[in-house]
Amino acid sequence: MNFQDFIFYFFSTVLIASALGVITVRNPVYSALLLVLAFVTCAGIWLLLEAEFLAITLVLVYVGAVMVLFLFVVMMLDINLEKLKEGFWKWFPLGGLVALVMVVEIAMIMFGQHFSLEEMPAPEPKTADYSNTKELGRLLYTEYVYAFELAAVLLLVAMIAAIALTLRHREDKKTLDIAKQVNVKKAERLRIVSMQAERKK
Amino acid sequence: MESIRQIFEQLFGFEWGGMLYTLASNVTFISAIIVPLLLGVAYLTFAERKIIAYMQIRVGPNRVTFFGIPWLRGWGQPIADAVKALMKEIVIPTGANKFLFILAPILTIMPALAAWAVVPFSAELVLADINAGLLYILAMTSMGVYGVIIAGWASNSKYAFLGAMRSAAQVVSYELAMGFALVCVLMMSQSLNLGDIVNGQQGDSLLSWYLIPLFPMFLVYFISGVAETNRAPFDVAEGESEIVAGFHVDYSGMAFTVFFLAEYANMILVATLTAILFLGGWLPPLDIAPLNMIPGFIWLLLKIAFLLFFFLWFRATFPRYRYDQIMRLGWKVFIPITIIWIVVLGGIMQLPETVRGDFPLNLWF
Repeated sequence: MNFQDFIFYFFSTVLIASALGVITVRNPVYSALLLVLAFVTCAGIWLLLEAEFLAITLVLVYVGAVMVLFLFVVMMLDINLEKLKEGFWKWFPLGGLVALVMVVEIAMIMFGQHFSLEEMPAPEPKTADYSNTKELGRLLYTEYVYAFELAAVLLLVAMIAAIALTLRHREDKKTLDIAKQVNVKKAERLRIVSMQAERKK
Repeated sequence: MESIRQIFEQLFGFEWGGMLYTLASNVTFISAIIVPLLLGVAYLTFAERKIIAYMQIRVGPNRVTFFGIPWLRGWGQPIADAVKALMKEIVIPTGANKFLFILAPILTIMPALAAWAVVPFSAELVLADINAGLLYILAMTSMGVYGVIIAGWASNSKYAFLGAMRSAAQVVSYELAMGFALVCVLMMSQSLNLGDIVNGQQGDSLLSWYLIPLFPMFLVYFISGVAETNRAPFDVAEGESEIVAGFHVDYSGMAFTVFFLAEYANMILVATLTAILFLGGWLPPLDIAPLNMIPGFIWLLLKIAFLLFFFLWFRATFPRYRYDQIMRLGWKVFIPITIIWIVVLGGIMQLPETVRGDFPLNLWF
Protein backbone atom coordinates (compact mmCIF):
# COMPACT_ATOMS: atom_id res chain seq x y z
CA MET A 1 0.00 0.00 0.00
CA ASN A 2 1.57 3.26 -0.99
CA PHE A 3 1.10 6.57 0.73
CA GLN A 4 -1.72 7.80 -1.52
CA ASP A 5 -3.74 4.65 -0.89
CA PHE A 6 -3.20 5.10 2.81
CA ILE A 7 -4.52 8.67 2.62
CA PHE A 8 -7.47 7.53 0.54
CA TYR A 9 -8.47 4.82 2.99
CA PHE A 10 -7.95 7.13 5.92
CA PHE A 11 -10.18 9.83 4.44
CA SER A 12 -12.78 7.29 3.37
CA THR A 13 -12.97 5.76 6.83
CA VAL A 14 -13.34 9.19 8.45
CA LEU A 15 -15.90 10.19 5.83
CA ILE A 16 -18.08 7.12 6.32
CA ALA A 17 -17.79 7.22 10.10
CA SER A 18 -18.70 10.90 10.28
CA ALA A 19 -21.56 10.48 7.79
CA LEU A 20 -22.94 7.68 9.95
CA GLY A 21 -22.44 9.87 12.98
CA VAL A 22 -24.52 12.64 11.42
CA ILE A 23 -27.63 10.46 11.51
CA THR A 24 -26.93 8.57 14.72
CA VAL A 25 -25.64 11.01 17.34
CA ARG A 26 -28.23 12.44 19.70
CA ASN A 27 -26.95 15.97 20.00
CA PRO A 28 -27.96 17.98 16.90
CA VAL A 29 -24.93 20.29 17.28
CA TYR A 30 -22.59 17.29 17.12
CA SER A 31 -24.54 16.08 14.14
CA ALA A 32 -23.98 19.37 12.28
CA LEU A 33 -20.29 19.38 13.20
CA LEU A 34 -19.90 15.81 11.97
CA LEU A 35 -21.44 16.90 8.68
CA VAL A 36 -18.74 19.58 8.49
CA LEU A 37 -16.11 16.89 9.07
CA ALA A 38 -17.71 14.79 6.32
CA PHE A 39 -17.47 17.73 3.89
CA VAL A 40 -13.84 18.40 4.74
CA THR A 41 -12.78 14.77 4.33
CA CYS A 42 -14.77 14.56 1.11
CA ALA A 43 -12.82 17.60 -0.12
CA GLY A 44 -9.65 15.70 0.77
CA ILE A 45 -10.71 12.77 -1.41
CA TRP A 46 -11.49 15.13 -4.29
CA LEU A 47 -8.01 16.61 -3.92
CA LEU A 48 -6.60 13.12 -4.43
CA LEU A 49 -8.52 13.07 -7.74
CA GLU A 50 -6.76 16.35 -8.66
CA ALA A 51 -10.07 18.21 -8.61
CA GLU A 52 -8.62 21.02 -6.53
CA PHE A 53 -11.14 23.64 -7.62
CA LEU A 54 -14.14 21.50 -6.67
CA ALA A 55 -12.51 20.42 -3.42
CA ILE A 56 -11.74 23.95 -2.28
CA THR A 57 -15.13 25.21 -3.43
CA LEU A 58 -16.79 22.49 -1.40
CA VAL A 59 -14.97 23.72 1.70
CA LEU A 60 -15.59 27.37 0.83
CA VAL A 61 -19.30 27.08 0.08
CA TYR A 62 -20.55 24.27 2.28
CA VAL A 63 -18.17 24.44 5.23
CA GLY A 64 -17.55 28.18 5.15
CA ALA A 65 -21.07 29.44 4.53
CA VAL A 66 -23.90 26.90 4.45
CA MET A 67 -22.93 24.89 7.52
CA VAL A 68 -22.16 28.03 9.52
CA LEU A 69 -25.75 29.18 9.07
CA PHE A 70 -26.99 25.65 9.69
CA LEU A 71 -25.05 25.38 12.93
CA PHE A 72 -26.26 28.81 13.88
CA VAL A 73 -29.89 27.73 13.55
CA VAL A 74 -29.38 24.36 15.24
CA MET A 75 -27.72 26.03 18.22
CA MET A 76 -30.58 28.43 18.72
CA LEU A 77 -33.28 25.78 18.56
CA ASP A 78 -34.30 24.07 21.75
CA ILE A 79 -34.73 20.62 20.27
CA ASN A 80 -36.83 18.15 22.19
CA LEU A 81 -35.52 14.72 21.26
CA GLU A 82 -38.47 12.86 22.82
CA LYS A 83 -40.86 14.71 20.59
CA LEU A 84 -38.72 14.06 17.53
CA LYS A 85 -38.70 10.35 18.27
CA GLU A 86 -42.48 10.18 18.34
CA GLY A 87 -43.86 8.54 15.25
CA PHE A 88 -40.49 7.04 14.36
CA TRP A 89 -41.93 3.56 13.97
CA LYS A 90 -45.05 4.88 12.27
CA TRP A 91 -43.02 6.39 9.43
CA PHE A 92 -40.31 3.73 9.46
CA PRO A 93 -41.78 1.55 6.65
CA LEU A 94 -42.07 4.54 4.27
CA GLY A 95 -38.62 5.84 5.15
CA GLY A 96 -37.14 2.38 4.82
CA LEU A 97 -38.71 2.00 1.39
CA VAL A 98 -37.23 5.33 0.20
CA ALA A 99 -33.83 4.34 1.57
CA LEU A 100 -34.02 0.97 -0.17
CA VAL A 101 -34.93 2.57 -3.50
CA MET A 102 -31.98 4.94 -3.14
CA VAL A 103 -29.56 2.13 -2.32
CA VAL A 104 -30.77 0.14 -5.33
CA GLU A 105 -30.42 3.18 -7.59
CA ILE A 106 -26.90 3.91 -6.40
CA ALA A 107 -25.98 0.25 -6.77
CA MET A 108 -27.35 0.20 -10.31
CA ILE A 109 -25.12 3.11 -11.23
CA MET A 110 -22.04 1.95 -9.34
CA PHE A 111 -22.14 -1.62 -10.58
CA GLY A 112 -23.58 -0.88 -14.00
CA GLN A 113 -21.55 -1.02 -17.15
CA HIS A 114 -20.79 2.69 -17.41
CA PHE A 115 -19.22 3.29 -14.04
CA SER A 116 -17.26 0.16 -13.35
CA LEU A 117 -13.58 0.49 -12.51
CA GLU A 118 -12.59 -0.50 -16.04
CA GLU A 119 -14.82 2.17 -17.54
CA MET A 120 -13.65 4.90 -15.20
CA PRO A 121 -9.88 4.58 -14.79
CA ALA A 122 -7.99 6.92 -12.49
CA PRO A 123 -7.43 10.30 -14.15
CA GLU A 124 -4.14 10.84 -15.94
CA PRO A 125 -1.72 12.82 -13.78
CA LYS A 126 -1.61 16.38 -15.11
CA THR A 127 1.39 18.63 -15.50
CA ALA A 128 2.04 21.22 -12.82
CA ASP A 129 0.82 24.20 -14.85
CA TYR A 130 -2.52 22.57 -15.68
CA SER A 131 -5.24 24.68 -14.09
CA ASN A 132 -8.38 22.86 -13.16
CA THR A 133 -10.11 26.17 -12.47
CA LYS A 134 -9.47 27.55 -15.96
CA GLU A 135 -10.75 24.37 -17.63
CA LEU A 136 -13.93 24.35 -15.56
CA GLY A 137 -14.52 28.05 -16.18
CA ARG A 138 -14.03 27.65 -19.91
CA LEU A 139 -16.53 24.78 -20.06
CA LEU A 140 -19.08 26.49 -17.84
CA TYR A 141 -19.07 29.73 -19.79
CA THR A 142 -18.98 28.26 -23.29
CA GLU A 143 -20.50 24.83 -23.68
CA TYR A 144 -22.81 24.83 -20.67
CA VAL A 145 -23.54 28.54 -20.48
CA TYR A 146 -27.32 28.18 -20.75
CA ALA A 147 -27.55 25.51 -18.09
CA PHE A 148 -25.24 27.59 -15.90
CA GLU A 149 -27.27 30.77 -16.32
CA LEU A 150 -30.48 28.85 -15.71
CA ALA A 151 -29.10 27.48 -12.46
CA ALA A 152 -28.06 31.00 -11.46
CA VAL A 153 -31.54 32.36 -12.20
CA LEU A 154 -33.08 29.50 -10.24
CA LEU A 155 -30.96 30.37 -7.22
CA LEU A 156 -31.77 34.06 -7.58
CA VAL A 157 -35.51 33.31 -7.70
CA ALA A 158 -35.20 31.10 -4.62
CA MET A 159 -33.29 33.86 -2.82
CA ILE A 160 -35.83 36.55 -3.67
CA ALA A 161 -38.69 34.22 -2.76
CA ALA A 162 -37.12 33.48 0.62
CA ILE A 163 -36.76 37.19 1.33
CA ALA A 164 -40.30 37.94 0.11
CA LEU A 165 -41.77 35.18 2.28
CA THR A 166 -40.04 36.23 5.46
CA LEU A 167 -40.06 40.00 5.10
CA ARG A 168 -42.79 41.44 7.27
CA HIS A 169 -43.29 45.05 8.12
CA ARG A 170 -44.41 45.46 11.66
CA GLU A 171 -45.83 48.76 12.70
CA ASP A 172 -44.48 48.65 16.26
CA LYS A 173 -40.88 47.83 15.50
CA LYS A 174 -38.25 50.40 16.31
CA THR A 175 -35.77 50.57 13.49
CA LEU A 176 -33.98 53.59 12.18
CA ASP A 177 -34.60 54.99 8.74
CA ILE A 178 -31.09 56.04 7.85
CA ALA A 179 -32.07 58.09 4.81
CA LYS A 180 -34.44 60.03 7.04
CA GLN A 181 -31.71 60.59 9.62
CA VAL A 182 -29.27 61.84 7.04
CA ASN A 183 -31.79 64.17 5.41
CA VAL A 184 -32.90 65.77 8.63
CA LYS A 185 -32.83 69.56 8.70
CA LYS A 186 -31.84 71.75 11.55
CA ALA A 187 -35.25 73.40 11.62
CA GLU A 188 -37.02 70.09 12.30
CA ARG A 189 -35.03 69.28 15.40
CA LEU A 190 -34.01 72.54 16.92
CA ARG A 191 -36.05 75.49 18.02
CA ILE A 192 -34.27 78.62 19.07
CA VAL A 193 -36.29 80.70 21.45
CA SER A 194 -35.30 84.19 22.32
CA MET A 195 -35.81 84.90 26.00
CA GLN A 196 -35.38 87.79 28.25
CA ALA A 197 -32.38 87.43 30.49
CA GLU A 198 -33.48 86.63 34.00
CA ARG A 199 -31.95 88.05 37.07
CA LYS A 200 -31.91 86.48 40.50
CA LYS A 201 -33.64 88.52 43.11
CA MET B 1 18.92 18.59 0.56
CA GLU B 2 19.51 15.57 -1.69
CA SER B 3 22.00 14.01 0.72
CA ILE B 4 19.50 14.24 3.58
CA ARG B 5 16.97 12.56 1.34
CA GLN B 6 19.43 9.73 0.65
CA ILE B 7 20.03 9.22 4.36
CA PHE B 8 16.29 8.88 4.87
CA GLU B 9 16.01 6.44 1.98
CA GLN B 10 18.79 4.26 3.36
CA LEU B 11 17.24 4.22 6.82
CA PHE B 12 13.61 3.49 5.91
CA GLY B 13 13.71 2.00 2.41
CA PHE B 14 13.13 3.86 -0.85
CA GLU B 15 9.41 4.58 -0.74
CA TRP B 16 8.81 5.19 2.97
CA GLY B 17 12.14 7.02 3.22
CA GLY B 18 11.08 9.43 0.49
CA MET B 19 7.76 9.99 2.21
CA LEU B 20 9.33 10.52 5.62
CA TYR B 21 11.83 12.93 4.04
CA THR B 22 8.95 14.91 2.52
CA LEU B 23 7.21 14.92 5.88
CA ALA B 24 10.34 16.00 7.77
CA SER B 25 11.25 18.74 5.29
CA ASN B 26 7.68 20.06 5.30
CA VAL B 27 7.60 20.12 9.09
CA THR B 28 10.86 22.08 9.03
CA PHE B 29 9.46 24.60 6.54
CA ILE B 30 6.22 24.90 8.49
CA SER B 31 8.16 25.65 11.69
CA ALA B 32 10.20 28.20 9.74
CA ILE B 33 6.92 30.01 9.01
CA ILE B 34 5.05 29.45 12.27
CA VAL B 35 7.80 30.36 14.74
CA PRO B 36 8.51 33.83 13.27
CA LEU B 37 4.76 34.29 12.86
CA LEU B 38 4.07 33.62 16.53
CA LEU B 39 6.96 35.89 17.51
CA GLY B 40 5.43 38.49 15.22
CA VAL B 41 2.11 38.00 16.98
CA ALA B 42 3.76 38.49 20.37
CA TYR B 43 5.46 41.69 19.31
CA LEU B 44 2.35 42.90 17.48
CA THR B 45 0.54 42.93 20.82
CA PHE B 46 3.45 44.94 22.22
CA ALA B 47 3.38 47.31 19.23
CA GLU B 48 -0.36 47.68 19.65
CA ARG B 49 -0.08 48.63 23.30
CA LYS B 50 2.77 51.05 22.64
CA ILE B 51 1.24 52.71 19.58
CA ILE B 52 -2.19 53.12 21.13
CA ALA B 53 -0.52 54.41 24.27
CA TYR B 54 1.39 57.09 22.37
CA MET B 55 -1.75 58.03 20.46
CA GLN B 56 -3.48 58.55 23.80
CA ILE B 57 -0.46 60.38 25.27
CA ARG B 58 0.49 57.57 27.65
CA VAL B 59 3.68 55.56 27.80
CA GLY B 60 2.43 51.98 27.56
CA PRO B 61 4.28 48.93 28.88
CA ASN B 62 7.69 50.12 30.09
CA ARG B 63 8.76 47.76 32.90
CA VAL B 64 9.72 44.26 31.77
CA THR B 65 13.16 44.12 30.23
CA PHE B 66 15.81 41.56 29.30
CA PHE B 67 18.75 41.15 31.71
CA GLY B 68 18.08 44.56 33.18
CA ILE B 69 19.11 46.43 30.03
CA PRO B 70 17.53 49.86 30.45
CA TRP B 71 16.84 50.73 26.78
CA LEU B 72 14.96 47.45 26.30
CA ARG B 73 12.38 48.38 28.89
CA GLY B 74 8.95 47.11 27.85
CA TRP B 75 10.30 44.69 25.24
CA GLY B 76 10.00 41.74 27.59
CA GLN B 77 6.31 42.37 28.13
CA PRO B 78 4.93 39.91 25.50
CA ILE B 79 7.18 37.14 26.84
CA ALA B 80 6.06 37.85 30.39
CA ASP B 81 2.43 37.81 29.25
CA ALA B 82 2.91 34.47 27.52
CA VAL B 83 4.50 32.94 30.61
CA LYS B 84 1.68 34.31 32.76
CA ALA B 85 -0.95 32.81 30.44
CA LEU B 86 0.81 29.43 30.49
CA MET B 87 0.78 29.33 34.27
CA LYS B 88 -2.92 30.06 34.60
CA GLU B 89 -5.60 27.47 35.12
CA ILE B 90 -8.05 26.71 32.32
CA VAL B 91 -11.40 26.94 34.07
CA ILE B 92 -14.12 24.89 32.42
CA PRO B 93 -17.57 26.11 33.49
CA THR B 94 -19.85 23.51 35.04
CA GLY B 95 -22.58 23.74 32.43
CA ALA B 96 -20.17 23.80 29.51
CA ASN B 97 -19.81 21.11 26.89
CA LYS B 98 -16.25 20.07 27.78
CA PHE B 99 -15.24 18.55 24.46
CA LEU B 100 -16.41 21.45 22.31
CA PHE B 101 -15.15 23.98 24.86
CA ILE B 102 -11.60 22.69 24.36
CA LEU B 103 -12.07 22.12 20.62
CA ALA B 104 -13.14 25.72 19.90
CA PRO B 105 -9.78 27.48 20.36
CA ILE B 106 -8.07 24.74 18.34
CA LEU B 107 -10.54 25.26 15.50
CA THR B 108 -9.83 28.99 15.62
CA ILE B 109 -6.04 28.80 15.43
CA MET B 110 -5.91 25.96 12.88
CA PRO B 111 -7.18 27.89 9.82
CA ALA B 112 -5.34 31.04 10.94
CA LEU B 113 -2.06 29.14 10.66
CA ALA B 114 -2.97 26.79 7.78
CA ALA B 115 -3.66 29.71 5.43
CA TRP B 116 0.04 30.64 5.55
CA ALA B 117 0.95 27.52 3.54
CA VAL B 118 0.32 29.26 0.21
CA VAL B 119 1.60 32.74 1.07
CA PRO B 120 4.63 33.63 -1.08
CA PHE B 121 7.29 35.58 0.84
CA SER B 122 9.41 36.29 -2.21
CA ALA B 123 9.60 35.11 -5.81
CA GLU B 124 10.94 31.69 -4.75
CA LEU B 125 10.08 31.46 -1.07
CA VAL B 126 6.71 29.70 -0.79
CA LEU B 127 5.77 26.48 0.99
CA ALA B 128 3.00 25.26 -1.33
CA ASP B 129 2.92 26.88 -4.76
CA ILE B 130 -0.56 25.69 -5.68
CA ASN B 131 -2.68 26.90 -8.59
CA ALA B 132 -5.79 27.66 -6.57
CA GLY B 133 -3.92 29.56 -3.83
CA LEU B 134 -6.39 32.42 -3.56
CA LEU B 135 -9.33 30.03 -3.26
CA TYR B 136 -7.48 28.05 -0.62
CA ILE B 137 -6.96 31.22 1.43
CA LEU B 138 -10.64 32.12 1.12
CA ALA B 139 -11.65 28.61 2.20
CA MET B 140 -9.31 28.66 5.19
CA THR B 141 -10.33 32.10 6.44
CA SER B 142 -13.99 31.15 6.10
CA MET B 143 -13.42 28.21 8.44
CA GLY B 144 -12.21 30.45 11.25
CA VAL B 145 -15.75 31.35 12.27
CA TYR B 146 -16.41 27.82 13.56
CA GLY B 147 -14.19 28.34 16.56
CA VAL B 148 -16.11 31.45 17.50
CA ILE B 149 -19.55 29.87 17.13
CA ILE B 150 -18.58 26.68 18.95
CA ALA B 151 -16.91 28.65 21.73
CA GLY B 152 -20.05 30.72 22.18
CA TRP B 153 -22.32 27.72 22.30
CA ALA B 154 -20.11 25.39 24.35
CA SER B 155 -19.59 27.99 27.10
CA ASN B 156 -23.31 27.75 27.91
CA SER B 157 -23.44 31.43 28.71
CA LYS B 158 -25.73 34.11 27.35
CA TYR B 159 -23.01 36.68 26.79
CA ALA B 160 -20.80 34.19 24.99
CA PHE B 161 -23.67 33.08 22.80
CA LEU B 162 -24.65 36.63 21.91
CA GLY B 163 -21.06 37.33 20.92
CA ALA B 164 -20.94 34.17 18.81
CA MET B 165 -24.15 35.08 16.99
CA ARG B 166 -22.96 38.58 16.24
CA SER B 167 -19.63 37.31 15.03
CA ALA B 168 -21.10 34.61 12.79
CA ALA B 169 -23.47 37.02 11.05
CA GLN B 170 -20.72 39.58 10.62
CA VAL B 171 -18.11 37.20 9.25
CA VAL B 172 -20.50 35.54 6.82
CA SER B 173 -21.67 38.87 5.41
CA TYR B 174 -18.22 40.41 5.00
CA GLU B 175 -16.90 37.28 3.36
CA LEU B 176 -19.09 38.04 0.35
CA ALA B 177 -17.66 41.51 -0.18
CA MET B 178 -14.18 40.11 0.36
CA GLY B 179 -14.78 37.37 -2.21
CA PHE B 180 -16.06 39.85 -4.79
CA ALA B 181 -13.04 42.11 -4.23
CA LEU B 182 -10.82 39.09 -4.86
CA VAL B 183 -12.75 38.33 -8.06
CA CYS B 184 -11.57 41.75 -9.33
CA VAL B 185 -7.97 40.87 -8.46
CA LEU B 186 -8.11 37.59 -10.29
CA MET B 187 -9.78 39.21 -13.30
CA MET B 188 -6.76 41.54 -13.50
CA SER B 189 -4.14 38.85 -12.94
CA GLN B 190 -5.89 35.99 -14.80
CA SER B 191 -4.58 33.64 -12.15
CA LEU B 192 -5.47 32.23 -8.75
CA ASN B 193 -1.83 31.63 -7.87
CA LEU B 194 -0.58 34.25 -5.41
CA GLY B 195 2.90 34.28 -6.94
CA ASP B 196 1.45 34.94 -10.40
CA ILE B 197 -0.71 37.72 -8.96
CA VAL B 198 2.40 39.50 -7.67
CA ASN B 199 4.23 38.92 -10.94
CA GLY B 200 1.27 40.47 -12.76
CA GLN B 201 1.95 43.70 -10.86
CA GLN B 202 5.55 43.89 -12.03
CA GLY B 203 6.41 47.20 -13.67
CA ASP B 204 8.66 50.21 -13.46
CA SER B 205 7.04 51.72 -10.41
CA LEU B 206 4.21 51.42 -7.93
CA LEU B 207 1.85 52.74 -10.60
CA SER B 208 1.55 49.22 -11.95
CA TRP B 209 0.35 47.75 -8.66
CA TYR B 210 -3.29 46.75 -8.53
CA LEU B 211 -3.78 49.37 -5.86
CA ILE B 212 -4.51 52.04 -8.46
CA PRO B 213 -6.97 50.41 -10.87
CA LEU B 214 -8.62 48.55 -8.00
CA PHE B 215 -8.48 51.27 -5.37
CA PRO B 216 -12.12 50.85 -4.22
CA MET B 217 -11.53 47.10 -4.02
CA PHE B 218 -8.45 47.69 -1.91
CA LEU B 219 -10.53 49.68 0.55
CA VAL B 220 -13.33 47.10 0.53
CA TYR B 221 -10.90 44.23 1.00
CA PHE B 222 -8.97 45.85 3.80
CA ILE B 223 -12.05 47.03 5.70
CA SER B 224 -13.70 43.62 5.24
CA GLY B 225 -10.49 42.12 6.54
CA VAL B 226 -10.75 44.26 9.66
CA ALA B 227 -14.35 43.09 10.05
CA GLU B 228 -13.42 39.44 9.43
CA THR B 229 -10.83 39.51 12.17
CA ASN B 230 -13.39 41.05 14.56
CA ARG B 231 -11.11 44.00 15.23
CA ALA B 232 -12.15 47.47 16.29
CA PRO B 233 -14.25 49.26 15.05
CA PHE B 234 -16.05 46.02 14.10
CA ASP B 235 -15.44 44.23 17.40
CA VAL B 236 -19.08 43.82 18.39
CA ALA B 237 -18.36 40.11 18.86
CA GLU B 238 -16.31 41.09 21.90
CA GLY B 239 -17.90 44.41 22.73
CA GLU B 240 -16.65 44.58 26.31
CA SER B 241 -18.99 47.42 27.24
CA GLU B 242 -22.06 45.47 26.05
CA ILE B 243 -21.47 41.73 26.37
CA VAL B 244 -18.38 41.64 28.61
CA ALA B 245 -15.95 39.91 26.23
CA GLY B 246 -18.26 38.13 23.86
CA PHE B 247 -17.57 34.61 22.74
CA HIS B 248 -14.47 34.07 24.88
CA VAL B 249 -15.84 35.45 28.14
CA ASP B 250 -15.61 32.04 29.86
CA TYR B 251 -12.13 31.21 28.63
CA SER B 252 -9.04 31.62 30.75
CA GLY B 253 -5.34 30.83 30.66
CA MET B 254 -3.93 29.19 27.57
CA ALA B 255 -7.35 28.53 26.00
CA PHE B 256 -7.97 32.27 25.94
CA THR B 257 -4.46 32.94 24.70
CA VAL B 258 -5.05 30.67 21.73
CA PHE B 259 -8.03 32.82 20.69
CA PHE B 260 -5.86 35.85 21.15
CA LEU B 261 -3.06 34.36 19.04
CA ALA B 262 -5.52 33.44 16.30
CA GLU B 263 -6.92 36.99 16.19
CA TYR B 264 -3.46 38.52 15.79
CA ALA B 265 -2.29 35.83 13.35
CA ASN B 266 -5.38 36.62 11.27
CA MET B 267 -4.55 40.32 11.39
CA ILE B 268 -1.07 39.63 10.06
CA LEU B 269 -2.58 37.34 7.42
CA VAL B 270 -5.03 39.99 6.21
CA ALA B 271 -2.23 42.57 6.09
CA THR B 272 -0.01 40.15 4.16
CA LEU B 273 -2.73 39.31 1.68
CA THR B 274 -3.56 42.97 1.13
CA ALA B 275 0.13 43.63 0.52
CA ILE B 276 0.35 40.72 -1.94
CA LEU B 277 -2.88 41.38 -3.80
CA PHE B 278 -2.86 45.16 -4.02
CA LEU B 279 0.55 46.52 -3.00
CA GLY B 280 2.72 44.35 -5.21
CA GLY B 281 3.91 41.86 -2.58
CA TRP B 282 7.69 41.66 -2.64
CA LEU B 283 8.10 44.19 -5.48
CA PRO B 284 9.96 47.43 -4.69
CA PRO B 285 7.97 50.68 -5.14
CA LEU B 286 10.38 51.92 -7.80
CA ASP B 287 12.43 49.57 -9.95
CA ILE B 288 15.66 51.62 -9.67
CA ALA B 289 19.10 50.84 -8.33
CA PRO B 290 19.14 51.24 -4.54
CA LEU B 291 15.53 50.12 -4.08
CA ASN B 292 15.61 46.91 -6.09
CA MET B 293 18.82 45.80 -4.38
CA ILE B 294 16.90 45.29 -1.14
CA PRO B 295 15.59 41.70 -0.94
CA GLY B 296 11.90 41.33 -1.78
CA PHE B 297 11.22 39.78 1.59
CA ILE B 298 12.10 43.07 3.31
CA TRP B 299 9.71 45.01 1.07
CA LEU B 300 6.92 42.57 1.88
CA LEU B 301 7.63 42.94 5.61
CA LEU B 302 7.60 46.73 5.33
CA LYS B 303 4.25 46.66 3.52
CA ILE B 304 2.80 44.27 6.13
CA ALA B 305 4.02 46.51 8.95
CA PHE B 306 2.53 49.56 7.22
CA LEU B 307 -0.87 47.88 6.90
CA LEU B 308 -0.77 46.50 10.45
CA PHE B 309 -0.23 50.02 11.70
CA PHE B 310 -3.64 50.86 10.20
CA PHE B 311 -5.26 48.10 12.26
CA LEU B 312 -3.86 49.65 15.42
CA TRP B 313 -4.64 53.17 14.28
CA PHE B 314 -8.28 52.21 13.62
CA ARG B 315 -8.54 50.76 17.08
CA ALA B 316 -7.20 53.91 18.70
CA THR B 317 -9.36 56.22 16.61
CA PHE B 318 -12.82 54.91 15.80
CA PRO B 319 -15.70 54.20 18.15
CA ARG B 320 -17.37 50.81 17.78
CA TYR B 321 -19.93 50.41 15.01
CA ARG B 322 -23.48 49.73 16.00
CA TYR B 323 -24.61 46.25 14.95
CA ASP B 324 -27.15 47.32 12.32
CA GLN B 325 -24.64 49.77 10.86
CA ILE B 326 -22.16 46.93 10.39
CA MET B 327 -24.75 44.92 8.50
CA ARG B 328 -25.71 47.95 6.42
CA LEU B 329 -22.09 48.68 5.49
CA GLY B 330 -21.49 45.07 4.47
CA TRP B 331 -24.64 44.36 2.51
CA LYS B 332 -25.78 47.72 1.19
CA VAL B 333 -22.48 49.52 0.58
CA PHE B 334 -19.63 47.09 -0.03
CA ILE B 335 -21.40 44.40 -2.05
CA PRO B 336 -22.95 46.88 -4.55
CA ILE B 337 -19.58 48.66 -4.94
CA THR B 338 -17.79 45.42 -5.64
CA ILE B 339 -20.42 44.21 -8.14
CA ILE B 340 -20.31 47.53 -10.02
CA TRP B 341 -16.51 47.42 -10.10
CA ILE B 342 -16.54 43.89 -11.51
CA VAL B 343 -18.78 45.08 -14.36
CA VAL B 344 -16.61 48.18 -14.98
CA LEU B 345 -13.46 46.07 -14.97
CA GLY B 346 -15.00 43.53 -17.36
CA GLY B 347 -15.96 46.41 -19.64
CA ILE B 348 -12.44 47.83 -19.65
CA MET B 349 -10.97 44.41 -20.34
CA GLN B 350 -13.23 44.03 -23.39
CA LEU B 351 -12.20 47.42 -24.85
CA PRO B 352 -10.51 47.25 -28.26
CA GLU B 353 -6.76 46.72 -28.24
CA THR B 354 -6.11 50.25 -29.58
CA VAL B 355 -7.75 51.87 -26.55
CA ARG B 356 -6.28 49.47 -24.00
CA GLY B 357 -2.79 49.94 -25.40
CA ASP B 358 -2.75 53.68 -24.61
CA PHE B 359 -1.11 55.27 -21.62
CA PRO B 360 -2.94 54.79 -18.37
CA LEU B 361 -4.59 51.50 -19.31
CA ASN B 362 -1.49 49.81 -20.74
CA LEU B 363 0.04 49.71 -17.28
CA TRP B 364 -2.43 47.10 -16.08
CA PHE B 365 -4.30 45.48 -18.98
